[in-house]
Amino acid sequence: MTIAVENGRRMFDYWLTVYKRTWKGTMISSFLLPMLYLAAMGIGLGSFVDSNGTGALGGVSYLQFIAPGLLASTAMQIAVGEATYPVMSGLKWQKFYHSMIATPLRPADVVYGQLGFIAFRVFTSCAVFLVIITLFGGLKSPLGVLGLPVALLVGMAVAGPIAAYATILDNDSGFAMVFRFGVVPAFLFSGAFFPVSQLPDWIEWLAYVSPLWHAVDLSRNLSLGTVDPLLALGNLAYLLAWFLVGTHLAVRGFTKRLIG
Amino acid sequence: MSEQRESLVHVRGLRKSYGDFEAVRGIDLDVWRGEAFGFLGPNGAGKSSTMRMIGAVSPVSGGTLKILGLDPATDGPSIRARLGVCPQDDTLDTELSVRENLTIYGRYFGLSRAECRERADELLEFVALTEKAKVKVDELSGGMKRRLTIARSLVSKPDLLLLDEPTTGLDPQARHLLWDKLFRLKQAGVTLIITTHYMDEAEQLCDRLVVMDGGLIAAEGSPADLIRDYSTREVTELRFGPDVMLADHDALAGKVEDLAQRIEVLPDRLLLYTDDGERAVAAVHERGLEPAAVLVRRSTLEDVFLRLTGRTLVD
Repeated sequence: MTIAVENGRRMFDYWLTVYKRTWKGTMISSFLLPMLYLAAMGIGLGSFVDSNGTGALGGVSYLQFIAPGLLASTAMQIAVGEATYPVMSGLKWQKFYHSMIATPLRPADVVYGQLGFIAFRVFTSCAVFLVIITLFGGLKSPLGVLGLPVALLVGMAVAGPIAAYATILDNDSGFAMVFRFGVVPAFLFSGAFFPVSQLPDWIEWLAYVSPLWHAVDLSRNLSLGTVDPLLALGNLAYLLAWFLVGTHLAVRGFTKRLIG
Repeated sequence: MSEQRESLVHVRGLRKSYGDFEAVRGIDLDVWRGEAFGFLGPNGAGKSSTMRMIGAVSPVSGGTLKILGLDPATDGPSIRARLGVCPQDDTLDTELSVRENLTIYGRYFGLSRAECRERADELLEFVALTEKAKVKVDELSGGMKRRLTIARSLVSKPDLLLLDEPTTGLDPQARHLLWDKLFRLKQAGVTLIITTHYMDEAEQLCDRLVVMDGGLIAAEGSPADLIRDYSTREVTELRFGPDVMLADHDALAGKVEDLAQRIEVLPDRLLLYTDDGERAVAAVHERGLEPAAVLVRRSTLEDVFLRLTGRTLVD
């Protein structure tokens, strides 16, 4: 375990060095887009929703209703972005993973370093976004800052399985499926913008399967002060299970692809 | 070499299969400390599969493999910590600068950041890329990228350097520059293992080599030994021009057969293996044959390969 941490750290350095060069490019996707959503939906659409009464939202402003969900959605999108094309590049385009495993690093270390960097990206981006949300008055209670660890968790819950999926692809066309049938529907239908109880039953159940719904629900309940401990534990356990199984699958996928 | 020889790579009955396909079909060899050892063979001979096993990134399918006295199945990371690997494709990070590619790689070996910086500067000097230190890898020529890959493989001061097709795809000038660097490493006592399908490269660099074909070792020895054992001192090449067909070649070969110890019929020329090439040329002319072009040359490893496998190395 200590070896994994040490080796993962060695690899994490790589990603930090890369990030020093590329961070400016990530600003738009990481901050600008979520802020536009926050402004358009929370404030624009929000003023319209709020003027019609907020009973269905539990009596809070629309901005406060969606802000915790937007934070979790942002985490998911950043994590998926970092677990798709960069992973394909390491395996196939630039092949830097292959040069990494020619050193004392093992495929598992490569996975830990990669996930460590994704955690770093999710955490830092979401922390900044959380500050912006707070400035807009998007948090109802101070407990809402716990949305940050929840965001980190949902990021990690999706990063592992997506990275594992990347290892079985021959090219990046498979990622379009991830975005079309995974990320976009999850973003729209996981309760970030409206309660999933508004949906037809079968879609509602699909929402419960998605890790994002669990993060949105937990993050919002924390902010609105409506936490049900049992449900919260369920949310956490579900996200943690995705993270652990996903990481395991990623280690297996990397090992199979890199060592043969 | 007369004292106790230390085997850095010990191979007995080594096999590698991918599904039903057997890439390496049982090979034996030892690589001694301080030598430059070569795998010569065409694409698909099993060289790269063998190199990946020696690099401790590919599990063996059968047989014994010890690298630096250790078993790659259990001591992979410890073995890899003492190897330098220069893969066939440059797996450099094109987003990063030349220098960052070296410092980052040193980190994978657990060197401190300060050590990495120091090593990077030394190695850039060694491969004559100091002026390019801050340039992005994207902007380097093919030869510079190879040199950087070699520099990267040296970051950890390896005991054993693995070079897979080090000069494939480079122009002649870049190749000679690279050979010079590798020769200096050998002088400095680094043990080199090189795969190549260029016989000139094998002759330039290798103290000893094995000729691989179809996953097996066809012959082993120094370049000079192999040429002596499997070829003649000289070769006379006869070309009869484009209108002479392969069938005619066979007929022509029949007419000159007795002039050489051995004859090879290639699509575009006849090779007469003899210890006196000029005398063979004279005899060919005496028989009234008029080849369009004649060349007398020394035997090379290419001839050894042709003798062993019936095929040329580079198609």
